[in-house]
Amino acid sequence: MGWLGAEAWSAILLSLKVSFWATLGALPFGLLAAYALARWRFPGRGLLNGLVHLPLILPPVVTGYLLLLAFGTRGPLGAALAEVGIVFAFRWTGAALAAAIMAFPLMVRAIRLSLEAVDPGLEQASATLGAPPWRVFTTVTLPLILPGILAGAILAFAKAMGEFGATITFVSNIPGQTQTIPSAIYAFLQVPGAEGAALALVAVSVVVALAALALAEVVSRRVARRVSGA
Amino acid sequence: MSLSVALAHRFGGFALDVAFEAPAGITVLFGRSGSGKSTIVDAVAGLLRPELGRVALDGRVLLDTAAGIALPPHRRRLGYVFQDGRLFPHLTVRQNLGYGRRFAPRPAPAAEMARVVEMLGLGPLLERRPGRLSGGEKQRVAIGRALLASPDMILADEPLAALDEARKAEILPYFERLRDEVAIPVLYVSHSAAEVARLATTVVALSDGRVVGQGPALEVLGDPMVTPTGVRDVGAVLEARLVAHHPDGLSELEAGGLPLLLPRVAGAAGRRLRVRIAAQDVILSRARPEGLSALNILPGTVDAIRPGDGPGALVSLRTPAGTLLARVTRRSAQALGLAPGVACHAVVKTVAIAPGDVG
Repeated sequence: MGWLGAEAWSAILLSLKVSFWATLGALPFGLLAAYALARWRFPGRGLLNGLVHLPLILPPVVTGYLLLLAFGTRGPLGAALAEVGIVFAFRWTGAALAAAIMAFPLMVRAIRLSLEAVDPGLEQASATLGAPPWRVFTTVTLPLILPGILAGAILAFAKAMGEFGATITFVSNIPGQTQTIPSAIYAFLQVPGAEGAALALVAVSVVVALAALALAEVVSRRVARRVSGA
Repeated sequence: MSLSVALAHRFGGFALDVAFEAPAGITVLFGRSGSGKSTIVDAVAGLLRPELGRVALDGRVLLDTAAGIALPPHRRRLGYVFQDGRLFPHLTVRQNLGYGRRFAPRPAPAAEMARVVEMLGLGPLLERRPGRLSGGEKQRVAIGRALLASPDMILADEPLAALDEARKAEILPYFERLRDEVAIPVLYVSHSAAEVARLATTVVALSDGRVVGQGPALEVLGDPMVTPTGVRDVGAVLEARLVAHHPDGLSELEAGGLPLLLPRVAGAAGRRLRVRIAAQDVILSRARPEGLSALNILPGTVDAIRPGDGPGALVSLRTPAGTLLARVTRRSAQALGLAPGVACHAVVKTVAIAPGDVG
């Protein structure tokens, strides 16, 4: 692919890797947070709801800076995690963490909406048929919210692909290590004569975004048909 | 196997305070909507935690608030047939039926699955999803699903209420087979006098959260003091045997040595069935009436009279065919000199007996 330089290619591959792991890593936490918000009444529920939505309303730069403070090599969490060999600062893993956190509210919202649409009567029926609570969840609740989970995951993936502010603040813009597609476009635009490379990446961005959207539509329609029982 | 229930629960200005026994057969919780029937079933199933109560199935305690025992629903082993079916939409009929099997401590053998499928006529539906089933089919699957979880008892909360008359007539026989063939005890909620007459072995009559009568079905339904759904709905039940079908479209039955003529009923001679006779369709006469178009005249003696709040009175009559209830005016009761022990005749028009009241 001659029209894309090596630097652009590495940005694309890195973005895909970062977004994939960000989505996968956020999924269990997103499911748990959505379940807690949809089903449990506990003190601090409002606080949790606010925390989950925080990345949506804070300037991304602020989120990135907070991440740097917490997970930087001298940050309280970063130092502790470095002891066990997990480093986020200025690595691709950090880009994935930033993307996961920025995508988290979207994912939680989608899953929570689908959870609230599940008829609790079906879960009761499952329990009367002998299913203990965790089996009720895996055999009834989970299959029924699958469309919501998929929608949330695809939305999160798309958001992760486009994340810029928090990523560049937290892990900087190191080609081959932390330079994702948006960071690369930004970098190209700073260099005279590199508009062509920037435009090529813009095209890739548009294609990836549209493909994600189409995939989300197809998958959710298919799963919804299966789940609705028709 | 017998279920004993004692519950007290208050919510939003409504107080429930009941105690009853549900022995083998079908025990119907009978009362108006809002009388607390569904609350009782939910408490028995463990879906609702009452303030006070004890529920035990033979020796097995499911709930005892005094001792701090409350088994979660999945450990009660009670099959619940809900009013709205509640089939799992993401599973096929076959998967719905097999759902409870994997959690049963003693899973039903594969032959049991085949037997239930056969009994409920589910064969052609097995690969379908619930979204493609009619209301009646859904309820049949729901019954099968509850049975195949190998429960100790079946709970059914108005399982026919959401169905039209034709579908009700389709499902009722399956509950009769549950009672007569499977011999699993059933706690059945209903506000329909016809359903109670058809199904109940035992009746627990409820009104405003209290038990107003309980015992063998024919006794409770023939008791003029027990009118949980109002006097208009009252009717005693006779147990009869089909004798013959007449060429003019009538069927002859025999109850306690007395002949009964009914519009054509299904079945062959010898079939045992129950006939519900609505109290307001019964005319009383001191002398044996002559030159009357009504075909059924049953001699008996007055057992009890319950004057109503309005102009009516409910009279129970002991006849060789069984106890009958008649709803007459207080004026007539006085004019005829009706009192316990007085001999009189009950007159029942053949055409007044609805097909839904026979079975």
